[in-house]
Amino acid sequence: MKQKQAHKPPRWATRLLALYCRPEIVEDLEGDLNEYFARNVQSKGARRARLIYIIDVLKFCRLYTLRRPRHINPLIQWIMIGSYFKTAQRTMVRNKLFSFINIAGLAVSMSVGLLMIAFVTDLRSYDDFHRNKDRIYRLTTSDHREGQKTMSLASTSVLAGKEVSSSVTGVESLTLMRNDFGGDVIVDDDLITVRGLWADQKFFSIFTFPTVEGNPATALKDPYSVVLTETTARKIFGQRTALGKSVRVGKDDYIVTAVLKDLPSQSHLRFDALGSFSTMEMKHPNTDGEFMDWGSIYMNYVYLLLPEGRSPESVQAGISKLCAAENATLKDRKIELSLQPLKAIAINTHLENEVGPVMHIAVVWILSGLAFVVILCACFNYMNLSVARALRRSREVGIRKIVGAYKRQVLAQFVIEALLVALLALVFSFLLFTFLRTKFIELSPQLQRLVSLQLSPRIVLYFIVLALVTGLIAGIFPALLFSRLQAVQALKDASSVRLFRHVNLRKALIVVQYVFSIAFITATTVGYKQYKSFLVFDLGFNTENVININLKGNNAKLLANELASVPAVVDVSRSVMVTSLGSKFGTSVKYKGQQDGQDAFMNVVDDRYLSVHGHALLAGSNFTWRPDSVEESEVIVNEQLVKQFNIAEGDIQKAVGEELVVADKKLTIVGVLKDFHYGTVDDAIKPTLLIYRPRENYGHLNVKVMAGDVTATMAGIEAAWKKIDKLHPMDARFYNDQIEEAYNQFQIMIKVIGFLAFLAICIASLGLFGMVVFTTETRVREVSIRKVLGASEGSLVIALGRSFIVLLLVASAIALPATWLFFENVVLSRFAYRQPIGWSEMLTGVGCIMVLALVMIGSQTLRVARVNPADTLKSE
Amino acid sequence: MKGTNVGEFEELVLLTIAALVADAYSVAICDELSKQTGRDAKLGVVHAVLNRLEEKGLVKSKLGEATSVRGGKRKRYYTLTNAGKLAIVKAKEVRDQFWSIIPDFVLKGI
Repeated sequence: MKQKQAHKPPRWATRLLALYCRPEIVEDLEGDLNEYFARNVQSKGARRARLIYIIDVLKFCRLYTLRRPRHINPLIQWIMIGSYFKTAQRTMVRNKLFSFINIAGLAVSMSVGLLMIAFVTDLRSYDDFHRNKDRIYRLTTSDHREGQKTMSLASTSVLAGKEVSSSVTGVESLTLMRNDFGGDVIVDDDLITVRGLWADQKFFSIFTFPTVEGNPATALKDPYSVVLTETTARKIFGQRTALGKSVRVGKDDYIVTAVLKDLPSQSHLRFDALGSFSTMEMKHPNTDGEFMDWGSIYMNYVYLLLPEGRSPESVQAGISKLCAAENATLKDRKIELSLQPLKAIAINTHLENEVGPVMHIAVVWILSGLAFVVILCACFNYMNLSVARALRRSREVGIRKIVGAYKRQVLAQFVIEALLVALLALVFSFLLFTFLRTKFIELSPQLQRLVSLQLSPRIVLYFIVLALVTGLIAGIFPALLFSRLQAVQALKDASSVRLFRHVNLRKALIVVQYVFSIAFITATTVGYKQYKSFLVFDLGFNTENVININLKGNNAKLLANELASVPAVVDVSRSVMVTSLGSKFGTSVKYKGQQDGQDAFMNVVDDRYLSVHGHALLAGSNFTWRPDSVEESEVIVNEQLVKQFNIAEGDIQKAVGEELVVADKKLTIVGVLKDFHYGTVDDAIKPTLLIYRPRENYGHLNVKVMAGDVTATMAGIEAAWKKIDKLHPMDARFYNDQIEEAYNQFQIMIKVIGFLAFLAICIASLGLFGMVVFTTETRVREVSIRKVLGASEGSLVIALGRSFIVLLLVASAIALPATWLFFENVVLSRFAYRQPIGWSEMLTGVGCIMVLALVMIGSQTLRVARVNPADTLKSE
Repeated sequence: MKGTNVGEFEELVLLTIAALVADAYSVAICDELSKQTGRDAKLGVVHAVLNRLEEKGLVKSKLGEATSVRGGKRKRYYTLTNAGKLAIVKAKEVRDQFWSIIPDFVLKGI
């Protein structure tokens, strides 16, 4: 007997047999198989015996052994559903606290889910309005240069467009676009800025933009034609008809050949107007390199329409061949073109020179992932509380079963209950959603341009699906548990239903919830600290009280003269660009007979620039003032440049007077600056140089003002601006504000994660509260007896609360190191200059959560500990 | 219904049940069949036949007492019904009739 027990037939096979076999004959069959198995173990060994057993189980699957499907009267099903609704409603009303916790948790978390659904649906329905949306492709470019990172661009070259349309077979239509169309339009005394694209006449054969007037087929054919959107046309011409009229955009006159209906908001192409591409071909500009060069890939866009049923792969093959031929003309550089489906444009990995607003696919994934985690936390609450209340409902289930309920009817009952809770939560979460929607869109101007989050029947359907799925996830586990309950056991002795059977699972769920909560809040505090440190980061120069004015093409000297008379203005300098905001301007530098130039960042400034910004000179001197006619000859470099180019063996003092070749011009080093941050803090300090070019008409004025009355100062500057330029509104910003804006994305990220942290904590706290209430209630008698035997209130609180505290400690022990590692290795490793992660920001979040949890645990346990033992025990 | 005709294997199973008297359950039937006929009687086949015979009303079955062998599973014992008894008697009669009219020389030289 003992020996035999050592070998058992595979359990899963036995289960399989029980699953398919008719209950009347299963016992007999199983017995036979067992007997054979025992025999085979003796004669053929355990392994063969098991194999034979499995084969026999499979062979027994015959028509006459198969279970007959049970026929339950569908009418009864319907009647029972009514009963399920009634019981669900009663349970909810009876347990107000638990219902509240469940509904509130689910509602709050689902509102985030709704937001994500609306967001993703919006993005996915981008460009749906094009009739040929499935056949439109865009040519994208990847630019491989020797020794540099590959750059992926949404733009391409004019030549690529021309070559593909003439020599690649299988393209029905192709349109070329260019992105620098636009300029000021003066209407009466007002000024309207029009932004748009150059597009050729095939544009309307590919895209579906309905016209109000004009013939789309010929609208973009002739040079100097322009197509306006309805809004733009109304702005320029008012109620008068625009067709055929002349309009001056920037410096050129155009004839309006068509007016379009306003663009749908879900279009990745955005424009106020389209200029005809033939104008470009006449002008032959070289703004991004020679107009017809294979390497001029920065400003043009090519969209293709493939014939019905044509696979993009076959066209791609032709394009690759073309690329190979053209690349032969390039040295150390390869340009590859590929086809990107129109529908893949709105959500994608990052491409440079995007034509319109798009969303990075990683952002979508991260946000959806976080929303999912929050919803899951709320589901955990539901599971936890339902399972914990198993004792109270086991009698109900027992009676149901004895009266004749099948397992799956009990299952259905509890799932339906969960679905009802989820649907009820959906109502509240929808209210929250309408509120969150505006807040979310207001987070950044980019989001405002990108999505509207408007409701549509499809989105409402998705919402309901989300609620049902959430309900199912939350309800399926408790439902399975209840449906397995043995009726007799449940009724005979309720306490035999082991109340704390799933206690480990419940603990694990609480720990998981708190791990997420703690991770979220710690990420928020750590991120916030980093963000703040970026703002006050010592850039190596002074940005305090400096106002940068965008000149918008006005004469820098004239405005500087006007500003000199404003009393608060201390000093004014000029520069081509404003550094430390993320934009960069690179150039090629050679030193002493070097063959190939190395990259360095540059800025063109005047002689006042260093003093306005408080740059520290380590050697040499500042630029000296020159008249406008003089060519540039001097350069000031930073320490890094001296080191990297090994100028005068890296000696800063001796570097002064050395000669550099910057973009083929010989310049003399007159000074060496202390290193300063040219880029944002994610970049390491690179070789940087400042050039004084007197004849330059700089892009910005840097105005150093006195601290004090900001409004009066700005008013003074504004008045000066108005004297120079009556049309354009002034664009003057404090340098510090601009820096804050450059790090705006971090602020948004922190807000989003912080908000999710808040939600996760609320949900986890609600769940913990529910569990504490439940546990203490079930232990009232124990507490009373302890008290009678002489336990003090303090020791009772500790006895009741200890296990929860341990859970929280475990959760922090998991969450804190994980968050720390994540920040150290993933997030912050991208930043060259950052603050070390301190203990304080790691622990503040945990501290808050702990205090909150302790208050909850403490208040509840104390309530129970204070109960008079006589009251609870006398009813026994 | 296919009628009350019994096939060859069915007949053998019926005979085995009759021979085993009170100990006719699936595994024993298999063993006895193998022993008597010398061919390998597969459990699955025997089961199917027993099921069919029961449907035809030739045998009836009831579960025995639980024992510690067979993993505590009860055996299903089979006994012949009157129709079953009649069927094997009829089958034997048919054979006997044939035997009585087969001349001796036909089988000579085996």
